[in-house]
Amino acid sequence: MTMTVPMTWTTVCDYHVLLPERGVCALVGGEQVAVFRTFDGAVYAIGNLDPFSGAHVLSRGIVGTRGGEPTVASPLHKQVFSLVTGVCLDEPGAAVPIYPARVADGRVEVAARPALPERGGPLESGRRLVDAP
Amino acid sequence: MSRVVVAGYGPAAHRFVEALRERGFGGRITVIGEEPRPAYDRVALTSYLTGTSLADLTYEVPEGVETLLGTRVTGIDREARVVTTAAGESVPYDVLVLATGSAPFVPPVPGAEHAHVYRTIDDLDAIRAASDGASEGVVVGGGLLGLEAADALRGLGLRTHIVEMSPWLMPRQVDEGGGAVLKGHIEDLGLSVHAGAGVQEIVTDAEGRVTGLRKPDGTLLDAQIVVFSAGIRPRDELARAAGIDVGERGGVVVDAGMRTSDPAVYAIGECALAGGQVYGLVGPCNTMAEVAADRILGGTAVFEGADLSTKLKLLGVEVAQFGAMSGALDVTYMDPVGGVYKRLFISDDARTLLGGICVGDAAPYATLRPFVGKPLPAAPADLLFTGTGAANLDLPDEAQVCSCNNVSAGAVRTAIADKGVCDVPAIKACTRAGTTCGSCVPMLKQLLEKSGVEISKALCEHFTYSRAELFDIIRVRGVTTFSELIANHGTGRGCDICKPTVASILASLHNGHVLEGERAALQDTNDAYLANIQKNGTYSVVPRIPGGEITPDKLIVIGEVARDFGLYTKITGGQRIDLFGARVEQLPQIWKRLVDAGFESGHAYGKALRTVKSCVGSTWCRYGVQDSVGLAIALELRYRGLRAPHKLKSAVSGCARECAEARSKDFGIIATEQGWNLYVGGNGGFKPRHADLFASDLTTDELIRTIDRFLMYYIRTADRLQRTAAWVESIEGGLDHVRDVIVNDSLGLCAELDAQMAHHVSTYEDEWRATIEDPEKLSRFVSFVNAPGVPDPSIVFERERDQIKPMVVTP
Repeated sequence: MTMTVPMTWTTVCDYHVLLPERGVCALVGGEQVAVFRTFDGAVYAIGNLDPFSGAHVLSRGIVGTRGGEPTVASPLHKQVFSLVTGVCLDEPGAAVPIYPARVADGRVEVAARPALPERGGPLESGRRLVDAP
Repeated sequence: MSRVVVAGYGPAAHRFVEALRERGFGGRITVIGEEPRPAYDRVALTSYLTGTSLADLTYEVPEGVETLLGTRVTGIDREARVVTTAAGESVPYDVLVLATGSAPFVPPVPGAEHAHVYRTIDDLDAIRAASDGASEGVVVGGGLLGLEAADALRGLGLRTHIVEMSPWLMPRQVDEGGGAVLKGHIEDLGLSVHAGAGVQEIVTDAEGRVTGLRKPDGTLLDAQIVVFSAGIRPRDELARAAGIDVGERGGVVVDAGMRTSDPAVYAIGECALAGGQVYGLVGPCNTMAEVAADRILGGTAVFEGADLSTKLKLLGVEVAQFGAMSGALDVTYMDPVGGVYKRLFISDDARTLLGGICVGDAAPYATLRPFVGKPLPAAPADLLFTGTGAANLDLPDEAQVCSCNNVSAGAVRTAIADKGVCDVPAIKACTRAGTTCGSCVPMLKQLLEKSGVEISKALCEHFTYSRAELFDIIRVRGVTTFSELIANHGTGRGCDICKPTVASILASLHNGHVLEGERAALQDTNDAYLANIQKNGTYSVVPRIPGGEITPDKLIVIGEVARDFGLYTKITGGQRIDLFGARVEQLPQIWKRLVDAGFESGHAYGKALRTVKSCVGSTWCRYGVQDSVGLAIALELRYRGLRAPHKLKSAVSGCARECAEARSKDFGIIATEQGWNLYVGGNGGFKPRHADLFASDLTTDELIRTIDRFLMYYIRTADRLQRTAAWVESIEGGLDHVRDVIVNDSLGLCAELDAQMAHHVSTYEDEWRATIEDPEKLSRFVSFVNAPGVPDPSIVFERERDQIKPMVVTP
């Protein structure tokens, strides 16, 4: 990943507070970010806004896998999003932003700035939704 | 042509107007019916005496069809094309359809005017009224309808005699050997059969009350009710008076297109004489209705006569007849001990199946009837014991699978191949096959299985098992965690389909807290927050109000909580109160106040028992016959928190007026003078379904034991998100099977089901109280984990009618 802007890491919570396969929501740089810990211990962060309903709820979805890829399903209408790419696996073309996440000194941290998309299109639409007032 | 008038409103008329509308007829349709009600299902008529309501038997009048009920057509002016009614109205027509049905034949014997007949709802009401105080009854006629009537009298508690002219019962359907076996069955039930006997007179006392029936040999059968069910006569008097051709022995003569001698007049159903024959079965009458509708709209459909095969269960005995009742060769199996008789008729070269008769076990009927006139699909002896072997028979496309609705094997295959139907309910909806008597349903299943439609029972990509199979794995292997289950029996890490399913199974079997340990991660958001998520991400709160009964003090607490938290407040359909607009961090505060006031979780968020609705019952209501509120509260408290494949709703009505709408529930109870009637499998929702009567006049203990087992058997065997309504329709063997398992313990399961329910009842705890008392679980109720005091700023409300409503920025 090419970085032109230094990342600012925000502490979300202690790692042990983040239960396996259950999400939390954190305020990161004024935005709502859904943070998940998968079964293998990895942490992921995506936008909390569900682009289909307009509600900030993705942190409350069920975490699982689809074809081995870690996912979360929207609790409102069950569309499944990749935790890795933010892309909606049920309706390609929709996506949510993804954020860099890490564990440092036993704490979960998320960077305030959305990471660069793997695929331009979907993330653009996702970001636009988040940026909307 | 703009106006179609139908004289008569029975099942054939109903099917006819339905067919006209379905085929896009846009003109005016007027149906004139003699009875004061729309058409109803006469095949199920007897069930009216055992609790089925008239409303359930009644067909819905198709949209836009005008009805003139409680009157009848008294004259036809063919010249002017106008009919006149008994009420004095004149109704002009472009096409007139006679569907006047038939009248029961009452032999002209002395006293016949004091006898009853068995055809209409009014007849049944009269029989029921006359049975009050009676102890014995006689049915004259031992055919299909006669045995129906005998069953009805027996159901009314009468010692019942059957008098039949022929030397054996059901002479049209069975031969002498079958008749003997049938007689044995019926006598075992305590009925007396007098075959080869006629009627000399109906004996009455001085006041004209029936006291008995005298046979020609002089013997007197004591009886306070006599019912004639000795055949039907077509109601052709209208046609006769109007100069339309009628048959020598009655019936309005029609051509293959159901047209009478007047081209503007058609005749269908039991009043029509088609190909020299009058038909009294629902199947051919439906076909005539379809043909007439097609012809009137310019089609070329033809009524080619009909298969008179029948399969029925009368007085608990299966009787079936198909094809011919004689043949050059026959193969007969007779077991007088087991009460089974089967006979197949075969052509002289022993290659072609001509017909068959079954008494006591009609399993071969569904498989063999379509092979009539076709090469024998297997050795005759094997065919007598089909049900197993016949599963591999290949039906020709033209073979008729459903005789009630004239659906061929080819039509079913087309529906499967072209319309993508993949289960029996879908075949029923698409082709109508199996929707009338249901005897062909096993055949539909076979066609489906053989069509190559792979019906995957896999729950999702993580498990190749169905929900019921997972339930058994978890139960038998004693699995207690999702991780253990998916590691040993699945792949990946689950999803929003299998996780809540497994969470529900674990809850049904073990009844621990849904947010305990790893289980918390399996729950849908509603269970995870013990509240119902709404469109803007807020939740609603529903405290339990058992039976809908609440003290003023508790009502005030709910009001105060709603006011203090600014919640939108609405009364639910389940007699409780829903409080909307709570943010996750408010839920524990709200519940602290509710629990302190004595409320507990209403499980509105769970696939679990919701409410048991009730009417006010005998305590207050002048009509009530039992304490419906008391029972509803007891049931709600017994089954609260019970996790199931889908939500469960219930209601208790204190009398037959059914104010609690119990028959729209998964299990509904209606009070009777003697106890309780239990109905199961009802459903409002997307596809409404009335619950079926499951058991009658139960004591409260019997009722609770039956519901315990019903619920546990449902929980054990249903698919994910399958309501009881769909479950009873799809389970192999239907409701009879469920009754067998629960009432007769046919699978030896009852002790286990009882123990499971006892475990549930004894280990129940209020989820919300337990959550409030556990800081670990409480810590999850925050909007932002790194800013616990901050409310979610994206949740905004506006006001409407003095309450909040969510403002959603639609993406």
